[in-house]
Amino acid sequence: MGYVAVCGGENAIRNSETLLQFYRRRGESDPIQVRQIVQQMRLAVDRVMAEGSLYDPTLAALAIKQTEGDLVEAAFLVRAYRSTLPRLQTTPLLRTSGMRLIRRISAAFKDVPGGQVLGPTRDYTQRLLDFSLLDECGPAPEPPRTVLPGGAPEETERISEYLRREGLLSEPSRDAPVSVDITRDPVSFPVPRSARLQHLARGDEGGMLALAYSSMRGFGNVHPTVAELRVGYLPVRVAVPGLLEPVVIGEILATEVEVIARDGDAGSDGSSSPQFGLGYGFALGHNERRTICMAILDRSMLAAQPSAPAEDQEFVLSHIEGIEAQGFTNHWKLPHYVDFQSELDQLRARRAAGPGTREEPLIAPCAEVPA
Amino acid sequence: MTPVLSVRDLTVTYPSGVVGCVDVSFDILPGEILGVVGESGSGKTSVLNAIALALPPTRGDARFDSPRLGSQAIFALNAQETRWLRQREIALVHQNPHRALNFDLSAGANVAEALLAADWRHYGRIRQRVAELFRRVELDLTRMDDLPGRFSGGMQQRVQLARALANSPALLLLDEPTGGLDVSIQARLLDLIRELSRDLRTAMLLVSHDLEVVRLLARRTLVMQQGRVVESGLTDQILEDPQEPYTQLLVHSMLT
Amino acid sequence: MRYTFAFLDEQSKRSVRRALLKAVAIPGYQVPFVSRELPISYGWGTGGIQITCALLGPNDIVKVIDQGADDSVNALNIKRFFARTAGVATTTLTREATIIQTRHRIPEERLSASQILVLQVPYPEPLRLVEPRETETSRMHAEGDYGRMYVALYEDIVRHGEITLPWDYPTRINGRYLMSPSPIPRFDNPKLHLAECLFLFGAGREKRVYAVPPHTPVESLAFDDYPFRAESFHGRRCERCGSTDTYLDEVIVDASGRRSHQCSDTAFCLQRRANPALSRGWGHNRGPAPRREGT
Repeated sequence: MGYVAVCGGENAIRNSETLLQFYRRRGESDPIQVRQIVQQMRLAVDRVMAEGSLYDPTLAALAIKQTEGDLVEAAFLVRAYRSTLPRLQTTPLLRTSGMRLIRRISAAFKDVPGGQVLGPTRDYTQRLLDFSLLDECGPAPEPPRTVLPGGAPEETERISEYLRREGLLSEPSRDAPVSVDITRDPVSFPVPRSARLQHLARGDEGGMLALAYSSMRGFGNVHPTVAELRVGYLPVRVAVPGLLEPVVIGEILATEVEVIARDGDAGSDGSSSPQFGLGYGFALGHNERRTICMAILDRSMLAAQPSAPAEDQEFVLSHIEGIEAQGFTNHWKLPHYVDFQSELDQLRARRAAGPGTREEPLIAPCAEVPA
Repeated sequence: MTPVLSVRDLTVTYPSGVVGCVDVSFDILPGEILGVVGESGSGKTSVLNAIALALPPTRGDARFDSPRLGSQAIFALNAQETRWLRQREIALVHQNPHRALNFDLSAGANVAEALLAADWRHYGRIRQRVAELFRRVELDLTRMDDLPGRFSGGMQQRVQLARALANSPALLLLDEPTGGLDVSIQARLLDLIRELSRDLRTAMLLVSHDLEVVRLLARRTLVMQQGRVVESGLTDQILEDPQEPYTQLLVHSMLT
Repeated sequence: MRYTFAFLDEQSKRSVRRALLKAVAIPGYQVPFVSRELPISYGWGTGGIQITCALLGPNDIVKVIDQGADDSVNALNIKRFFARTAGVATTTLTREATIIQTRHRIPEERLSASQILVLQVPYPEPLRLVEPRETETSRMHAEGDYGRMYVALYEDIVRHGEITLPWDYPTRINGRYLMSPSPIPRFDNPKLHLAECLFLFGAGREKRVYAVPPHTPVESLAFDDYPFRAESFHGRRCERCGSTDTYLDEVIVDASGRRSHQCSDTAFCLQRRANPALSRGWGHNRGPAPRREGT
């Protein structure tokens, strides 16, 4: 019998779970330690934290282990866990100029105050499989000495500030001073920019990549220049009752991108002098692809008259929500036989009636055996 | 007699600062076709769109009088009242059928939409009325269930007309109804419009850059230039004896 | 780790209940709410689950069905979730339940005034058939501008000689809002009309809840001369209990393609087998007496 058998369903689920446990640990290899995932798969962890919308590398790593490396499932686990956590407070604004940088580049200028710092990136490596990793053993390499003269500065001003001071950047509209929280306030389209950015910050990276890519290839009008990409550690401050100043409770690793686009690409603010527009991307963890896409989509969704999917905020925001998308995609595996029966009935009736004939109702509405 | 439409000091200025029209005033009497002629940029389209309640005027009043509704100040209505009026009393025929018709629905469905918006709920009677309207605009009944994309431009305009007339509006607005059509098709469409005006006694506002069109249909005409009405009066008189230099220019270029 | 009663924190449950109150006050209107992620996927009943979690008290008795069956794997999974996080009693008997959560069917037995039916909704927006944009469908609801839906039905009749929407058939609630009854078969639509129980609809992924309060007129869209028509089973009967008046599942029995039919509502079927005279009881709330076949 199928999986809707009377009394068969419970067993089927239990057996399936047992099988899953077997698959997760079969073979002779040692169990993967969560700590190993945190330390040696940091980019997977960073992606899961960003899409799970929760900064906790250990939990993200646990989710990755539990889901056998299915990062979308892992993000889902983290999001579900997030639902159980109480909201303690909203911190004061994090100023990214105070980021303890490990990487910082600009495509807009050849050189900038503070320097172009490549940091740990694969951008300029050759993508050749390293077979020496098949049998890796031995201790981890020593941390390299810093190459920045005088050590890392405390504050590194954002490059966009220089453009802003010269009056070259159009200012964002002032009509939404209070930012909404999409996990607390229901918002309807068109949503304010703070809501758009929140959606993008936790969106599915694959979906965002496809849409951002489309806007670069003619389905949209964004010609972005990366003014700045920075990766580093941001101190998190919280207000403590009884203390005047907020207290630093730790650091989070984050990525920030600012993209400059010609103002004609998106809604002009109506000023007579031409200016650049800014697209903003931010994510928890080291997430460069995500933040670049986020900044590009931030710009493309400003189009007054959407002429391409990436410009249509309803389209973009509804479809980059990975947790919703994966859920609904997978839901097609659920039984749909009642509705299918309805369709079968109809198709058969129409075939029997033949072309051009109007079928008399076989049963009157509401007809049934009387009570 | 009471005008169907009475417009005073209509002014439309767009958010970009561009002026659409300034201080336009006119009346349309029951059963009358009023022409509005001018080159592109003259403001005639702004006037039309304001009367069609498609954009809010910057200034001005318009009083609409219909047998069913009585007298209404149409610029002062809310969204629902505006929609009600546009669905039943003031109908617009667009220059470009692609803007007005849904090309994914059959021609008949496009016409039926007007009836359904007016709460018709009997399929058989809807079909009858659609057929009647098709006959009225001289469209082949066998094409009722075809998609508009399979119709010629002239036929698409007739579908628009059928839909516009579906709820027997008191005022019909025509925006360059023959634009883009062959000369012979134009002539037949204009004949149809004239017949409809005569048979249905529907008042019409006809906007065109083409004096010929206006000459054939409109009893009275407004000549517009740079947002203002520069001359108005009986169409025949304007054509025979234009007073203003701009009108003289227009008439002269028409004859040559 | 210990979870709160019924998983969601009290603040979240309260905000869902507030949305539900608004929904009950405006029958058929889709109330936006902030959907929480649950340990069950979006698209798998999270809207219904959040509603049930928000309403559950320790003395509630919960029944969960999917396609009418108590033993459908997803229904079992959801029922387990309630039992585990709220410790409430569960049942398969419709009349015992205080809250029934369902996917794609309304139970065959009439529900009473002390029962709540929570329906899982994938597509809360009935106008999505004719309009993809949320901003536009909002306006259409606000202005009661449903002409385009009727145009779609008109075109359906033109093309096929009848309205061919098979399930999730649009309804007009209290003469005002257009509502999707969720993908229940047309067969179940009449049960919504002037019922004694409360119907609550939850769409977690789409973040909407809506309601049909008791004794509300519900009309399935139709034309005066093309009335609403439910599915017909052409006189077939359930092979287990003999019913000819329930919604039947068709099952392929063997390699030759032979079919057999059984009640979709498994709990009702079991009861009818014990008591063939058991009535469904939804008949009385439908208005004038129905015309029987052959009369």
